[in-house]
Amino acid sequence: MVVDVVLKPEISDPQGQAVLGALGRLGHDSVRSVRQGKHFVLEVDGTPDEAELKQIAETLLANPVIEDVELHLPKD
Amino acid sequence: MRIGVITFPGSLDDVDAARAVRLAGGEPVALWHADHDLQGVDAVVLPGGFSYGDYLRAGAIAARSPLMQDVVAAAHGGLPVLGICNGFQVLCESGLLPGALTRNSHLHFRNRDQVLVVERADTAWTQDYEAGQRIVIPVKNGEGRYVAADADLDRLEGEGRVVFRYAGGNPNGSSRDIAGVTSENGRVVGLMPHPEHAVEDLTGPSTDGLGFFTSVLKAVVNA
Repeated sequence: MVVDVVLKPEISDPQGQAVLGALGRLGHDSVRSVRQGKHFVLEVDGTPDEAELKQIAETLLANPVIEDVELHLPKD
Repeated sequence: MRIGVITFPGSLDDVDAARAVRLAGGEPVALWHADHDLQGVDAVVLPGGFSYGDYLRAGAIAARSPLMQDVVAAAHGGLPVLGICNGFQVLCESGLLPGALTRNSHLHFRNRDQVLVVERADTAWTQDYEAGQRIVIPVKNGEGRYVAADADLDRLEGEGRVVFRYAGGNPNGSSRDIAGVTSENGRVVGLMPHPEHAVEDLTGPSTDGLGFFTSVLKAVVNA
């Protein structure tokens, strides 16, 4: 399973803004915004329990105060 | 009075915190994060540092350590708990305090003597101060920007849960200049600046930090 963790839209992302500034200095003026996040890859024994994986993502991998999670379950 | 100081892998300021407890007249008790034993202490300090190297998020993994489960349960029963810097991050991650600490808005580690305004002088850790008093203690962090949803910030302000506010410049971009907050019952307090580094004239900018540790000794006696 893959879990992407991103800052909520209302939380400012100074790291993303720093990347955006660097892109501007490199001449990539078409990039309007950068948001930095985290990407987790979990390997699970047996059939993944979607509810359990959701709980893992929402209680440990992300802090729900400031972050949203996107779950990407393997398609069979 | 026995005040526990928890050491996590990567804690840095546990020895200073224990020293501050001793200077205030308490008996510091070293606690280890992996034990399930609070050793009957009367209060707990979570020190500064970089527990687990700040992996995942600052304080996230320490907040799920065995001893923190006991701290959370005891705090709900009224045990006074103070989280300093990384300890504040751990308290927010554990759910004992609201909000979260994120990367400083200017992306720099900030290390300086900081003026704070004491907003609440009736918590377990601040009763030796006066409301409105200005104190100077060191601040040193890279991820100290306090954030929460606007509605939650309004609620915290309404409930008087902001204990300290930055004055003379906000060192990290914290929402509404918030430097520290408390639990509903005023027993759990977290802040980014370091009172344990301001307890002796020789090594600190002031002795303004000592009041945290003398306050809790009284709070424990009066409990």
